Amino acid sequence: MKRRTLIKTAAAAAALATPAVRRTAAQAPTRNETLIVVQEYGPNSMDMQGIGAAQPVNGVSLNCYDTLIRFKRIPFAEGIMTHDLKAYDPALATEWQVASDGMSCTFKLRKDAVFHSKRPVTAKDVKWSMDRAVTIGGFATTQMAAGSLEKPEQFVVVDDNTFRIDFVRRDKLTMPDLAVTIPMIYDSELAIANSNGDPLAKEFLKNNVAGSGAYKVESWKPGSETIYVRNDDWKCGPLPQLKRVITRDIPSPSTRRALIERGDADMSYGLPPKDFKDLAEGGKVRVAAVPVPNAIWYVAMNTVNPPFNDVRLRQAVAWAMPYEKIFNAALFGRGVPMWGGPETVQGTKWPFPFKYKTDMEKAKALASAATGGTTVNTTLIFDAGSATIAEPMAVLVQEALGQIGIKLEISKIPGANFRGELNKKTAPMVINRFGGWLDWPDYFFFWNYHGKNSIFNVSSYQNKEMDALIDGARFTTDETVYDTDVKGFLQMGMDQVPMVSICQPFHDVAMQKYMSGYTYWPCREPDFRFLVKGA
Amino acid sequence: MRAVLMRLAGAVPTIFGVVVVTFLLTRVLPGDTATYFAGPAATAESIAQIKASLGLDQPLPVQFWRYLVALGHGDLGMSLTTGQPVLKELVTRLPASAELTLCGLFLAIGIALPLGVLAAVRQGSIIDHACRIISTAGVSLPVFFTGLLLVYVFYFVLGWAPAPLGRLDTFATPPRPLTGAFLIDSLAIGDFETFRATASQLALPAITLALFALAPIARITRASMLAVLGSEFIRTARASGLSGPKVVVTYALRNALLPVVTVLGMVFSFLLGANVLVEKVFAWPGIGSFAVEALIASDFAPVQGFVLTMAILYVLLNLGIDLLNRAIDPRARRAA
Repeated sequence: MKRRTLIKTAAAAAALATPAVRRTAAQAPTRNETLIVVQEYGPNSMDMQGIGAAQPVNGVSLNCYDTLIRFKRIPFAEGIMTHDLKAYDPALATEWQVASDGMSCTFKLRKDAVFHSKRPVTAKDVKWSMDRAVTIGGFATTQMAAGSLEKPEQFVVVDDNTFRIDFVRRDKLTMPDLAVTIPMIYDSELAIANSNGDPLAKEFLKNNVAGSGAYKVESWKPGSETIYVRNDDWKCGPLPQLKRVITRDIPSPSTRRALIERGDADMSYGLPPKDFKDLAEGGKVRVAAVPVPNAIWYVAMNTVNPPFNDVRLRQAVAWAMPYEKIFNAALFGRGVPMWGGPETVQGTKWPFPFKYKTDMEKAKALASAATGGTTVNTTLIFDAGSATIAEPMAVLVQEALGQIGIKLEISKIPGANFRGELNKKTAPMVINRFGGWLDWPDYFFFWNYHGKNSIFNVSSYQNKEMDALIDGARFTTDETVYDTDVKGFLQMGMDQVPMVSICQPFHDVAMQKYMSGYTYWPCREPDFRFLVKGA
Repeated sequence: MRAVLMRLAGAVPTIFGVVVVTFLLTRVLPGDTATYFAGPAATAESIAQIKASLGLDQPLPVQFWRYLVALGHGDLGMSLTTGQPVLKELVTRLPASAELTLCGLFLAIGIALPLGVLAAVRQGSIIDHACRIISTAGVSLPVFFTGLLLVYVFYFVLGWAPAPLGRLDTFATPPRPLTGAFLIDSLAIGDFETFRATASQLALPAITLALFALAPIARITRASMLAVLGSEFIRTARASGLSGPKVVVTYALRNALLPVVTVLGMVFSFLLGANVLVEKVFAWPGIGSFAVEALIASDFAPVQGFVLTMAILYVLLNLGIDLLNRAIDPRARRAA
């Protein structure tokens, strides 16, 4: 009797685990017109300008809103497109003209463009949105300022369909800064009507999309799923093929890999490099690997405090670094090597391979010259959030530096504390990754090497000469001056090595072979507008 | 009834204590919420702005008072990681966790109880050894490992289980919310297809949890049964010629259940909070993973809300177990 119940229970358990019915969706969009994306975590807001918006919110901005202009898409590899930061496609603006004095730009707005609320897009909406971006504070305002877009007086409504931006200075980053995911255009009437007295409608826009973009958000369950549906009235480009996009938050990378390999997901974001390597070699799915422009993995050293205030010790570290091992064992080859280059800087391209390679003899000589042969005890920190790559890297660095008399203690800092730790500016050695949206070397160096000492100047590097070169390159309009300045600070960065460059990472996305039209944007989020799902 | 009210009243100081301790603990933790949410490229001013808007620039007693006042209004604060009110998050996530945990627990009971009883009755037999092996394996295999293994075998290799995409397949629509537990909600409206879809999504994570919960239940059942089977009244019952099953089920099992029920309560509350890893592997939108994500981001409100919910749940659970014990054991009734 009891045995029978036992068997019954077991049978019931087995029945539960038997194949699930694959449901054929009864609704209009078929599986072929529906995209399924799996990612680690989804948006925590619908408003990219809002304070605390996480990385995936860029995707909402990209797909549900429009900007005045878009970066031009250019082919990169089979089924993969990337973008040109210096050429633009019309979006909400159909044409634009920089004034002859170079101090303003006038935009003609698309006449038939309408918001999701069916209201036409006007210059008033553009002004409201730009004003909001430069006054809301936090990341949005900082990003706008990076393109010399600083105050509401710069934004002028000429008439309903004409909008002008007055420049505070000539800055080559102004135009590209208008095509990123921050200066998107909101439906200002809808936002104000629901603002409850807040002139920026922060609460409403955090929870609702008020844009004109190619997709609307059908449902948003933070932490589990976001569903987008196509906006058939979209005017800023060809009608997208995908009618419905389901993005699911799957925290475990192993599960995300299983889903793409089994064919239950069309795209999988954010796997560990080892998995991307396996998938790329396996050949069953396509791995779109684009080297992240303007980004490197680096080991930075604090140049203000001992022991690394001595340039010889920093150079010793650069010569002792086990580059190959790190590249193979921590990054699994998912990147472009940034070591072993020529002695002098050749061009203005950044990142470029530094002159250092693993040479223990050189390293030992420099280290003993700096320390007089005594052992140096110091600490290496990294963000626990990037432990998949940074942890094996740290162990390899520790092992290598042990051989030149630098004893490292490794400290893994939880995500919430890591920025705080960087802000203190005291960590002797840091493994980190930096990428700037706007791919200019002066932009990268401004954040990472300038005496203004931003949080990203992890080594607290201070050098008036360096500052002068960076500032020179940022605002000059003269090509030759730009060239000399850039080469100057690149060489100085390499010789002084406040940070040792290791590699330029790939941005990897795994997708089924039937997918095409994938576009890599500075924000790195998937763009559903140009994606095509084949049979 | 009076006893129940007395017990509930007795829980008030405990819960207040929990409120104080979690508030202080989250403030003592070294994380800096404002810096974290200021995002990349944050300037000192923008961090200060965020601090002020979150009220973090106020002295601790002021912050605590504000927290208490909000709590009094049923406001648990906002989660910065998901951008939603904590209360709403907990209300949608708790049923998901509870449904999964209960399924796992019932599965575990269904297997562990008979297994423990048989192991005790046939001490030293194959079943006894099997019980020992299963429970040792159950505790020693970490849940994320069993979870991944099950996903690998039943989803990846065999293709029997559905994609581990959370509570429902991407193309299925959730039933109208009634209790929040999809199994019950779908049955309530007679939607058997959704019921089936939910059950098949639940199968693997529930089995993973059951494997883990099996061990303590089986072991305690066996031990407690052994103690009871060796006692005088069982010998008397046997001597009086009562049938084997009657002795074991009616007399021995009922007397042996007391410690088992107590352990069940502990196992349940432990599973509810500790199945974070199962939730991660199966993309289950439960409260465990929500709390851990929040903790990593120094997002105080959800952590406080989570601990508070768990404390209340624990109090209610203990109460339930006491009531159950009274039903099983007349002595417990007299003692109170």
